[in-house]
Amino acid sequence: MMTLREALEILAHHRGQRIVIATMSSASVWPSLSDTPLDFIYVPSAMGQGPSLAHGLALAQPERGVIVLNGDGCMLMNLGCLVTLAEHPANVYLLIIDNGLYEVTGGQPTPGAGRIDFAALARAVGIARVYSYDNASAWRAGAAEALTGPGPVVIWLKVEGRLGQSAPKAPRPMAEQIQRLRQAITGQVPKPPS
Amino acid sequence: MFDGPSVVAALEDCGVTHVVWLPDSDIGRWEPALRTASCLQLLRVCREGEAIALAAGLHLGGKRPIVLIQCTGLFEAGDSLRNIVHDLHLPLFLVIGVRSYHAHQRGASTDSCPIFTEPILRAWQLPYVLLDDRHRAADLAAAYRQAQAKNQAFAVLLPE
Repeated sequence: MMTLREALEILAHHRGQRIVIATMSSASVWPSLSDTPLDFIYVPSAMGQGPSLAHGLALAQPERGVIVLNGDGCMLMNLGCLVTLAEHPANVYLLIIDNGLYEVTGGQPTPGAGRIDFAALARAVGIARVYSYDNASAWRAGAAEALTGPGPVVIWLKVEGRLGQSAPKAPRPMAEQIQRLRQAITGQVPKPPS
Repeated sequence: MFDGPSVVAALEDCGVTHVVWLPDSDIGRWEPALRTASCLQLLRVCREGEAIALAAGLHLGGKRPIVLIQCTGLFEAGDSLRNIVHDLHLPLFLVIGVRSYHAHQRGASTDSCPIFTEPILRAWQLPYVLLDDRHRAADLAAAYRQAQAKNQAFAVLLPE
């Protein structure tokens, strides 16, 4: 097992110039590791929709990979996104950060905690590049290979649950995050809604 | 009346790049035209909440997607719609088939879809227009252009 922070520190070392979308528990840790225009803290979110948001971004920007940090609870809310990702391949690197808990609601267990094989699910829908790591040394040794080459890639990381966590907050307002991201990847400044 | 080739031509003329969809029995007939369109890509998804988030990602990446779904999917997709339209403020454009609308108007259907579609759009504070059989694909294109000019999320309802 590894801690969430250990898992994300290893990712930070290998993410390169890819966009990183952080949701839920990851959103509370990632800003302390990286806070560039390519880091998108998806808070407030629609729970479960992080991978789909990443998928759209990756289809729009095929040369630039998109890493999305998704919890097991989020994953369970939108398992169909794996099928869609296989249907429309893109450079998405989906990290399933599995602690078996709904961490931000008080640590209640997720359905199927400890029994679900997310790697098998990903392979079953046709995603070929699937990796699993349950400790920091294995993830550290495998991260370069897993995060190199074309997507889609699914990386299942088993991490320790953290109790007593509060809901994550974004380091800046959503409008500012979107402006920074769009400027960085398209050079466009979005118009405000009229 | 709407048909696949005229809708595709109108969308391409508007510069739409992607159609993210789940078909129903009416808009499903547009599939051959959407699948073979030269200037836009058809993206098949598994659920409508996913369609909205995927379209949002395309928007963030500089593309011009629309979401094409049935009203039943709108009902499912509420949280995704709320987040993308009201938290991210992205100018999402949806085309939504309203199941059993015509039969409901004639008093010939007990399907609850037509009862809830418009109230739900109003509850989500999503402006919309209903384009019936007297309208053409050009009216759909006009609605799209107007919404994009205002940088505003918008829905077009198509009675079925």
